[in-house]
Amino acid sequence: MPPIARAAAATRGTSLWRDGLRRLLRNRLAMAGGVVIVLLCLIAIFADVLMPLPYTKPNFERLNEPPSRSYPLGTDALGRDLLSRMIYGARISMLVGLGAQLLVVAIGVPIGAISGYLGGRTDVILTRFIDVMYAFPRLLFVILVMSMLGAGLLNIFIAIGLTGWVGIARQTRAQVLALKGKEFVDAARGLGVRGGRLLLRHILPNALTPIVVSVTFGIPEAIFTEAALSFIGVGINPPTPSWGQMVGEGQQFIRSYWHLCVFPAIAIAITMLSFTFFGDGVRDALDPKMK
Amino acid sequence: MFQYIVSRLLWLVPTLLAMALVTFLVMHATPGSPLDPVAEGANPLSPEAQKNLAAHYGLDKPLWQQFVIFVSKAARGDFGFSFVYKTRTVAEILRETFPVSLFLGSMALVLAVAGGLSLGILAAIHQNRGWDYVSVSLATVGVAVPNFVLAVFLIILFSFAIPLFPTGGWDSPRDWVLPTVTLALAPMGIIARFTRASMLEVIRADYTLTARAKGLAEAPVIFKHALKNALIPVVTLLGPLFAAVGTGSFFVETIFRVPGMGRFFVLSMTGRDYPMIMAVVLTYGVFLAVMNLVVDLTYGALDPRIRY
Repeated sequence: MPPIARAAAATRGTSLWRDGLRRLLRNRLAMAGGVVIVLLCLIAIFADVLMPLPYTKPNFERLNEPPSRSYPLGTDALGRDLLSRMIYGARISMLVGLGAQLLVVAIGVPIGAISGYLGGRTDVILTRFIDVMYAFPRLLFVILVMSMLGAGLLNIFIAIGLTGWVGIARQTRAQVLALKGKEFVDAARGLGVRGGRLLLRHILPNALTPIVVSVTFGIPEAIFTEAALSFIGVGINPPTPSWGQMVGEGQQFIRSYWHLCVFPAIAIAITMLSFTFFGDGVRDALDPKMK
Repeated sequence: MFQYIVSRLLWLVPTLLAMALVTFLVMHATPGSPLDPVAEGANPLSPEAQKNLAAHYGLDKPLWQQFVIFVSKAARGDFGFSFVYKTRTVAEILRETFPVSLFLGSMALVLAVAGGLSLGILAAIHQNRGWDYVSVSLATVGVAVPNFVLAVFLIILFSFAIPLFPTGGWDSPRDWVLPTVTLALAPMGIIARFTRASMLEVIRADYTLTARAKGLAEAPVIFKHALKNALIPVVTLLGPLFAAVGTGSFFVETIFRVPGMGRFFVLSMTGRDYPMIMAVVLTYGVFLAVMNLVVDLTYGALDPRIRY
């Protein structure tokens, strides 16, 4: 690429993102969501310092206690501090949300891009495969994979990665297919750019917007999936705490010990709403047409 | 039309076969077996006893043979005995639990459609005013917050704070209220969002302007002219919503102790109840596919521009 063209492309590229950022900053609801997300990430990172007690430390003299001065959110059935368990739960939620999305992108984007770029028989086979995967009720499949692999953080990544890539692959394929015929791709090809370089340097950067949007919605979905799995007991392995697992165990005793499930339920609700507001904001900012 | 229905029904066969195969492979490719003492409901058994049981259930045959036997039996509606509830056949259990789930799901869907449409229409008519905010926030909460979390809040609110409904069970119509509402909130939110967007678009269309210019009152303009057109995109949503209600129901069934298929599904997974897992997955699959077909046909009936 000659220097002038490169400079022009660079400014146009940044101005789209800068434009989007400006729109995002002006969206108050999205910013509120963003602030909560940053807070949650900080809690997740500094969980070890923030926990008043180790999350596994039992106190058999004070079981299922409602909130008090020494235990701000009360204790659970083993006398463990609920607040500490909630704080550590934030780490699990954030870890799953971000980690599983990385895996989803790592699987989905290449499959979609290759399918759209190569076309022909590869495309037919890959799309058929994607369609069959799409026909599965998603959560059903995740539960199936999890109960077969067994509970555990790593297995949650695998289960979400294996099932979650389909949506993003479809989107990437559609984008690549649409961009493949554009003039700038022809121009690049005319200059002698071929194969992987054409796909990576020219097509994919232009397909980034919908991928970013789908990732921002994928994070809360992964967090929800982990919570749902842990709720029915095939997610995180005890004694590691997870909000979903706390709600699942606590709801059985909701009549006698309401605090066991209400606090983690509030945490899940706030997290999901913040990500939704932020995601809506990102979508509106990057793609004003979709509003 | 007839040809279209037949071809769609025929497509169901390979789709279900693929689903069965994927489920079967996932089940058998992962470590653990129904005879494994760690599985829930299983007993620590001597190797000889395990061998006998494997022979009894046909688990000693090569995998491809097991799959072929399963498919040929399943085609005749025979899923065999459950591994966990050893004295009962899978078909028997499904006959008992599926209607309960279906009933709960249908009530929830009716509520979701009625509530979602009303909220969406209200929001569109009062765009950027009071009702719009109420409806949009309700929709957002319904969509974003998982239903087992909503269930906790609803129980606290309507069983403890205001003791109107019981916390669980499935005996009287009073027991139906909370599970139905919990299950309905997410699809209701989705329908409300879509109805609002599509109504806003239709209200600005030329033919709505024409209807108003003719001097029609507000009510017929909204209900006769606008709503009919706004409904078309909403109908396509129903297919995915059936799936959402179907999978959503195992959390709701667990929390509210509803004796439906969803609860059995989770139990059968952890207990490695192979015949039960296959049967439940395929039941969901058939149900969803048929519902999608019904939705597509309704779509065609509503929109004369669509021809099959």
